[in-house]
Amino acid sequence: MLSRVAKRIYWMARYLERAENTARLINVNTHLLLDLPRGIVLGWEPLVDIMGCKPLFSDLYSDANERNVIKFLAADANNPSSISSSIYFARENARTIRDVIPVESWEAINDLHDCVKEKLPHSLARKHRFDLFKDLIEGTQQVAGILAGTMLRGNGYHFLKLGRYLERADMTTRILDVRSENLLKTETEDLPPFEHIQWVSILNSLSAYQSYRQEIRGIIRSASVLDFLLRNHFFPRSIAHCMGEAKHCLNNLPHNKKLKQDVVRIGEELDLIDIDMIKDESLYILIDQLQIELADLDNQISETYFSLEREFKSEKTKEAKFAES
Amino acid sequence: MAIDWENYQAQDLYDELIRPSGRARKSAQKMCRYLSKLSDEEIAERKTASELAIKSMGITFTVYTEEEGSIDRVWPFDPVPRIIEKQEWITIDKGLKQRVKALNHFIHDIYHKQNIIKDGILPKELLIDSKNFKEQCIGVNPAFSVWAHICGSDLVRDKDGQVYVLEDNLRVPSGVSYMLENRHVMKRVFPDIFEDYNILPVNEYSLQLYETLASLSPRKVNEPSIVVLTPGIYNSAYFEHSYLAQQIGAELVEGSDLIVDSDDCVYMKTIDGLTRVDVVYRRIDDEFLDPEVFNEDSVLGVPGLMRAWKKGKVALANAPGAGVADDKVIYAFVPKMIQYYLNEEAILPNVPTYVCHYKEDRDYVLEHIHELVVKPANESGGYGMMIGPHSSKAEQQKFKRLIKKDPRNYIAQPMLTLSTTPTLIGNNVEPRHLDLRPFILSANKTYVTTGGLTRVAMRKGSIVVNSSQGGGSKDTWIVDMEGS
Repeated sequence: MLSRVAKRIYWMARYLERAENTARLINVNTHLLLDLPRGIVLGWEPLVDIMGCKPLFSDLYSDANERNVIKFLAADANNPSSISSSIYFARENARTIRDVIPVESWEAINDLHDCVKEKLPHSLARKHRFDLFKDLIEGTQQVAGILAGTMLRGNGYHFLKLGRYLERADMTTRILDVRSENLLKTETEDLPPFEHIQWVSILNSLSAYQSYRQEIRGIIRSASVLDFLLRNHFFPRSIAHCMGEAKHCLNNLPHNKKLKQDVVRIGEELDLIDIDMIKDESLYILIDQLQIELADLDNQISETYFSLEREFKSEKTKEAKFAES
Repeated sequence: MAIDWENYQAQDLYDELIRPSGRARKSAQKMCRYLSKLSDEEIAERKTASELAIKSMGITFTVYTEEEGSIDRVWPFDPVPRIIEKQEWITIDKGLKQRVKALNHFIHDIYHKQNIIKDGILPKELLIDSKNFKEQCIGVNPAFSVWAHICGSDLVRDKDGQVYVLEDNLRVPSGVSYMLENRHVMKRVFPDIFEDYNILPVNEYSLQLYETLASLSPRKVNEPSIVVLTPGIYNSAYFEHSYLAQQIGAELVEGSDLIVDSDDCVYMKTIDGLTRVDVVYRRIDDEFLDPEVFNEDSVLGVPGLMRAWKKGKVALANAPGAGVADDKVIYAFVPKMIQYYLNEEAILPNVPTYVCHYKEDRDYVLEHIHELVVKPANESGGYGMMIGPHSSKAEQQKFKRLIKKDPRNYIAQPMLTLSTTPTLIGNNVEPRHLDLRPFILSANKTYVTTGGLTRVAMRKGSIVVNSSQGGGSKDTWIVDMEGS
């Protein structure tokens, strides 16, 4: 398979997943806002931090209020990670590989793009937002469904899943970050009940509440939620599951040794954590570490399969050696 | 009765299916009878079915506009086939093979000894001024001394029924995918009529194309690695590039997917690493092929590709420089080439052509400009030409000036009356002008498509068959009438 084609499938999947999860991320905060009693101020700025685009945001907006943050994360074409940009890039990638992906999936991505382009700019108010994000999440799920149901299980499909699961793992860490970033500005002694609310909203935003309830009984505690979202192999948005799927894809691809080792290591490290000890500060560190490792995986994938930089380098060194001898 | 053959007007010209008397030609009788039996509803139903088939098969061509970007348009298709008898086709097939053989001899000669110039057949200055003569190709030896591996020659029929070659496309001729797909559509929509005819199949082309390309491989391996090099998704023929790549099991690559390494071999970048490429079926013009040699700003091409080709490490189809014979002035010499290289008379005639470079021809053209079609030597797609009988005095004056200023760059031909064929307009048939583009493959053997792509001008009286300008296409049937 051509590197270019593999790269475009991978990025198409990443952008689709990113759009979906950004919508989920905004939903967490919105849900949280609705659940919290009056008098507690909910910050929106941390969402910008979580997405790692603070400098760009500061360039474009002076005030980190709800309206600006939502606009920036959802509809701003100047933000390359916004929902509208993600859908745009997903479509541009898909367009160039139309002969590789099933034709219905291209049409579905096209429809999604048209829908976002038409509705998003004037559906950002809280009242309309929920419906739009619901449509968006369903739209991306539909694309995923078409691909799962009709795409040839060749290398293209492995790159599709690799992109999807790396992006999903990354976004799950970011959604967890909502907690560690301390979205609640007031630290009061009656925080515990609200902590419960926060964890429930995180589960909801990942469509995880029902699954969580089937796996874990009893009260909702931070440790059990973290355990579920980081280490449960059966929940499709957990880090453990994402890494498992990534490993499965890598099994089918060439030059996979180092990548597989790293993917497996991420899972093993998570298993070693004493989850009860993970509190605000350590959660922040843990998530930061995970994000670095995921970014490194992406770099390796790019080097190994897409850019072929190393091959060029090794060819050139070989040449140089011959020249010397 | 929906289709009214009684009022079908095909006088004073040649109609492919209907005789001047109004009766169907022998090979078209069953078809005409079949169509007559269809009710309005049935016709509408077939037409809708063919449109749906085209849409669901994804047969498109791309039109690029400033305002809307790139748009995929559904391929315009007319369900009434064009029918040619096998006996006539055999002659055309022979004529095309003869012609392409001579053209390949010519291109090879031009880049080597230039005997045709030394022997005084072609004036040297005409060659030197040919836009598509590439000095960089001098002395190169492609496999079998064949340069134009895929040729698309446009044929037209004049009012007396004579078939002429209007032009040869030796660079990157397109349209063959539509020829193949038109037959698929016909089979889906009119399966019943196929039972009444002995229609020769067209689908051998893909296999023949594969064999032609594979035979060019510099490495003698069982399965040479073949790629189709496309300018990308915004090219109007992208559908065809992608279609042909799939048909012959080749990778569809863009310039950035290929590199030429220090060993002068061509490699494609794959997830397994760099993989050697043996044959490049390139659908990019010479100018953009290799920024090291031609247009240095080209981002479509592959730096070093010419180097690899000259060293014999990769085959390029068509070979760079093959377009030298696309020049309309060179075209005028094809009958002489056939005599010169093959010692034969041309089976298929050229449209008589006045070469303005010669004083005698030029004087004639200037005097009769109002009745001639004047064309620049190196434009395609109908650009920069003047149709005398349809032109104003001012245009005629303008072209006289152009010819006097740059006689080398102009030719003129008498105005032909293109043949027509019944075409579905609403629920009735009307005559529309058409041409035919067969494709000829050459390597260690020569192959001509069974028929070719029939393009039809959908507007009444129009002779513009280009799909971007309201042209459509038809399935082309070569039928064996023996025993029927």
